Amino acid sequence: MPNEYPIITASHLSKIYKTEAIETMALDDVSFKINKGEFVAIMGPSGSGKSTLMHILGALDQPTSGEYILDGKNVESLSDDDLADIRNKKIGFVFQAFNLLPRTTTLRNVMLPMAYAGVPKEQREELAIKYLTMVGLGDRLHHTTNQISGGQQQRVAIARAISLDPAIILADEPTGNIASVQAEEIMEIFKKINEKGHTIVMITHEPDIAEHAKRVITMRDGKIVGDIKNTKRITYFHSHK
Amino acid sequence: MEISEIILESISSLTLNKLRTSLAMLGIVIGIGSVIALVSLGQASQQSVQSTIQSLGSNLLTISSGSQRNGTVRGAAGSQATLSNADATAIATSPKITTVKNVSPEYSGRSQVITGSNNTNTTILGVVPIYAGVHSVSVSSGSFITERDVNSMTKVAVLGPTVVTDLFGEGVDPLGQKIRIGSQYFTVIGVTTAKGGSGPSNQDDRIYVPLTTAQKQLFGVKNLTSIAVEAIDATAMTTAVDEIGYLLLDMHKITDPTKADFSIMSQADMLSTASQVTGTFTTLLSGVAAISLLVGGIGIMNIMLVTVTERTREIGLRKALGAKKKIIITQFLVESVILTFTGGILGILLGILLAFIYARLTSGAFVISAASIFLAFVVSTVIGVVFGWYPAQRAASLQPIEALRYE
Repeated sequence: MPNEYPIITASHLSKIYKTEAIETMALDDVSFKINKGEFVAIMGPSGSGKSTLMHILGALDQPTSGEYILDGKNVESLSDDDLADIRNKKIGFVFQAFNLLPRTTTLRNVMLPMAYAGVPKEQREELAIKYLTMVGLGDRLHHTTNQISGGQQQRVAIARAISLDPAIILADEPTGNIASVQAEEIMEIFKKINEKGHTIVMITHEPDIAEHAKRVITMRDGKIVGDIKNTKRITYFHSHK
Repeated sequence: MEISEIILESISSLTLNKLRTSLAMLGIVIGIGSVIALVSLGQASQQSVQSTIQSLGSNLLTISSGSQRNGTVRGAAGSQATLSNADATAIATSPKITTVKNVSPEYSGRSQVITGSNNTNTTILGVVPIYAGVHSVSVSSGSFITERDVNSMTKVAVLGPTVVTDLFGEGVDPLGQKIRIGSQYFTVIGVTTAKGGSGPSNQDDRIYVPLTTAQKQLFGVKNLTSIAVEAIDATAMTTAVDEIGYLLLDMHKITDPTKADFSIMSQADMLSTASQVTGTFTTLLSGVAAISLLVGGIGIMNIMLVTVTERTREIGLRKALGAKKKIIITQFLVESVILTFTGGILGILLGILLAFIYARLTSGAFVISAASIFLAFVVSTVIGVVFGWYPAQRAASLQPIEALRYE
C-alpha cells in the first residue's frame, strides 16, 4: 500500500439507546482504522449495529463513549453547526432512498452542498456538470428527479457526494432500492471513483455487493466479528494496473 | 449561502405546492383585505357625517333652553321654557353683541298632520324668514315663509319633501293645497329641496310655519325652543359664544354661569361629538379586522408547522449535506414572510376593491388612506416573522438522523 494515512480512526466506540426501561447496546466497544483510498464494505444482518456505526461515522450521531477521529479531526462534543460543517466538507453521503430534493433538477441537487459550502455560483455549476457527466448523466442536467429512473437518481446522489471532494464517501445500502442491472452500474461507478483516490465506506447486507469492496468488515450484535481483505477484488484491481 | 439564493430556494419550494401556498395565504388576504376595507368604510362614514353637519349651515351656534330641574332629576335640554322672543331680539340688537350676523328664533313641536285620507306625525317648526339663510334651506317650488307671514300670523306652511310624499303621495304638486295641522287648516306655499339625513335629524321630514303662528295658534306658548345664531365668520365663534352667554345671563338675572338655564352649542362641538362617535366606530371595525388578521397569522403558523412536518426528510437531508441551523431558520422564515407579504399585497388589492364597491353601492365617499396601506404592508410582514419563527425554529432543531429516518 503506497498510502497508509488513516482517514478514520475509531477507538472503543459504544452506543447505548435508552428507551424507557430498556437499554439497547447498539455498538459495543468497536475499534478499527480505515486508510485513505480504501473501499470498505461493512456487512451484517439487521440489528447488528452497522447503521448505528454508519451514523456515527457520518457525524449524524455521537457515540455514547469512545473516540472517533475523521481526517485528523476529533469528532466529539462538537456543536451542531460544526458537525454540519464536517458533514458538508468531509463526508459525501449516498443513501439507500437516494434522498434527492423532490421535483428539482439534477443540476440543482448536485449544487446544493456546494451552496452550503460557499462555493461561488459559477464554479458550482461547472463542477456539478463535470461530476454529472462523470456518472454518465451529462444529458440529464435539467431533468427533475421524478423524471429519471432509480439508478439514475442514485448516480445523481453519487455526483452530489463527491462534489466537494470529501475525505470519505459513506454509502448506506446504495443499491437497496435499485434493480440488479443498474446496481452493477452503480458499483462500477463506485469502483471508478475509488480508483481516483476517494475513500469509500459502504454498508450493505448483500454479499454480492460487498464483493466489490476491497475490505469487508462484518458485524454482529454491535461487535466486529470479521475484518478481511477481499483478495479477489484486490487481484482484480491490480490486474487492471 | 447568500440570502438571495435562500429566497430563490424558498420561492421554488412554495411553488412546488401551489394549493397549500394559496390556502395559507388566504387568511392573510382576508385579514388585510378587511382591515383596508373597514378602515376605508369608517373614514368614508366619518366624512359623510362631517359633510352632513356642515350642510346644516356654517358658523352656526345653537342656543337651547336649559334643562328642567325637578329635585335632583335633570330633564332633557330644552324642556324648560327659558328662552323668549326678547332674548332673540336682544341678541340681534344689543350693542354688546359684535360678532353675530343673523339670529333665527325657532319653536319646534310635534303634531298630527292630516290631508284628505292621509295623515302623519311630524315636526312643526315655527320660523322666521332668516331661518332659510342660517340653515341653508332652499325651496324647490313655491316660496319660503316671509316677513309678512310672520307679522300677520298667516296660516301657511312650507313642507319638507318627505312630508309631501307622506301626505300627497309621490309626484303630486302640493302647492295651494290645504293641510290640517292639529285642528287648524294651513295652505301649502312651498316645498324645500331634499337635504338627506335620517331618523330625528331628517331635515326633509318637517313642516315650516311662521313662528308667530306656531307659538300663538298651534302650541299656545310664548317661549322659543332654540335660537340659531350665525356668527360673522368661523374665527368669531368663541367670541360670539361669550358675548351671547353673558348677555343671556344678564337678561335671565343669573350670576353663577354654572347655573345657566340655557346652553350654547357650536357646530365645532357637534362636529367633534360626531367625530368621536365615528372614531369609536372605526376603532371597533379595525378591532374586528385585527382579530381576523390574527387568525390569518395563526393559519400561516399552522401551515408552516405542517410544512415542517411534511418536509422533515428534506430538512434532515439538507442538514446531512451541511446546512447550518441559521440557513434552515432563514429558509423557513423567508418562506413564511413571502407568504404573508404576497398575501398582504393581494389583501390590499381586495380591500381597495371592496371599499370601491361599497362606495359605489352607497354612492358614498371612496377613501383609501396611504397610512392604512403602509400599515398593512408592515403588519403582514411582521406576522410572517412572528408566526414563522416557531416553525422555523422547530425545523432547524430537527436532528438530521431523526429527520432522515422519518417516513
